[in-house]
Amino acid sequence: MAFGVANSSLPGRGPTPGLRFVLYSILAITLMFLDKREGWMEQVRFALQGTTYPLQLAVSSPSAAWGWVRESVRTRDTLRAENSKLRTRLRDLELRTMRYEALASENAKLRGLSAALPPVAQKWLVAEIVHVELNSLRPRVLINRGMSNGVFKAQAVLSDQGIVGQTTHVGPWSAEVILITDPEHAIPVQVERTGMRTIAVGTGNEGELALPYLPGNADVKSGDLLVTSGMGGVFPQGYPVARITEVHREAVQPLAQVRAAPLAHINRDREVMLVWFRETHPAAPVRNAQADLPKGDPNAKAQPTPPKPKPLAPAGGEAAGTASAPGQTAGPRQTVPAPAPGSAAPAQALAAPAQPAAPPPENRE
Amino acid sequence: MSREPRGWMVFTSVVALLLTVLPLPGWLDAMRPEFVVLTVLYFSITWPRAGGIGLGFFSGLALDALEGPVIGEHALVLSTVAFIAVWEHQRIRSKPAFQQSLIVFFALMLYELFLFVVDAWTGHPNTDARRWLHMLTGALIWPIAIALLERGHSPR
Repeated sequence: MAFGVANSSLPGRGPTPGLRFVLYSILAITLMFLDKREGWMEQVRFALQGTTYPLQLAVSSPSAAWGWVRESVRTRDTLRAENSKLRTRLRDLELRTMRYEALASENAKLRGLSAALPPVAQKWLVAEIVHVELNSLRPRVLINRGMSNGVFKAQAVLSDQGIVGQTTHVGPWSAEVILITDPEHAIPVQVERTGMRTIAVGTGNEGELALPYLPGNADVKSGDLLVTSGMGGVFPQGYPVARITEVHREAVQPLAQVRAAPLAHINRDREVMLVWFRETHPAAPVRNAQADLPKGDPNAKAQPTPPKPKPLAPAGGEAAGTASAPGQTAGPRQTVPAPAPGSAAPAQALAAPAQPAAPPPENRE
Repeated sequence: MSREPRGWMVFTSVVALLLTVLPLPGWLDAMRPEFVVLTVLYFSITWPRAGGIGLGFFSGLALDALEGPVIGEHALVLSTVAFIAVWEHQRIRSKPAFQQSLIVFFALMLYELFLFVVDAWTGHPNTDARRWLHMLTGALIWPIAIALLERGHSPR
């Protein structure tokens, strides 16, 4: 009945507003479903991103022009000051890298390798941040490099101080970068001092990360450096992410409330770096089959398991004892001595050290 | 009744999109009115036959391409808001400016509420309180917006 009222008030051509609305909503919901559930819309998004990029460039041009003007009217004195500052920095960095070659070969010797490993970063590309507002609620930035430069989805984006984020949508000439401070972003990290692994989640506030999964008795303190742990398939191991600013423990809370400040300062004038990593390098990001694609990457292979130490024949019993030790410490019993080597087949226990130890012997008796 | 100003509709929508992506400092950015919604509301109320729902859909699609987490989200919400505006256009049009501002305020609230629900439904919940701030500024600039938007077409 209501449809009839609206129709009578709008004599004219075309379908009624009600019908139009139904058609458009069905179309919109279909689009949402395809984008969300099936991931078919990547191509459409790619095209849309290509078409909106000129618009975004046009919007960003005034501030870019202003930046250019400001850059070109700088006085001789400021340039000189900056030059001397850069010289000092360059000298510092050169001093620091002087020992790098020696350390790399020493490391290779210690690892038992014949030659030093090449650096994990194979290639990098500097990208500029386009001055455009993507979404005031989601900390994302647009960069001026896209698929034509070889940028791929979920690529690590770094600045000279640390991890900035990763690419989410790659267009033909531009890419959207989700920052690590985005509430929808989580980065696997490791406390550099203790090697403890956890996950740092964005809070939505600029300059703040939360570490919500640390137990109350975890060994963290303010000032600890967080580096990437190499899990998750995006970031390689060992790059600086953030520094812990605040650790809050409460006796009634099982988890500690830990906050950290990202090291990379993302302001609008900055350039960022897109990095390609050597896939074979031990510090390269571990890509597993279920990593970041909802459908699974068809080219992804399971991580090859590292070679297990071969059980030595005379020390077989002791080796079995040490291998099952983690299982025993986890169990409640401590008084029972190590099971007889014959009962818990030592080779089997060695083959699967990650699995919980064999059932306690007393059950078997 | 004069002809619908199609060119003006497209032009103002593009301008509204440009204003949406214009970089602004943080405090101003939080208060930025949703220009696209205001434009869609204006054309839905003033020219209910000119396809305000379609305008809502396509400018929503453009918004999705620019900032949406899911394609189709803004398109759905904006075409819904446009449909309601087309539906009630006679009642809204006859109101004085102040009451229209109030209605726009509630329309913007509805828009943000729908977005909030769709955000949560698609798994991108965002509970930032700043997202509700633009309703106020949008309602405040509504009289200015209609004064500007009226200039581009012959009086109906």
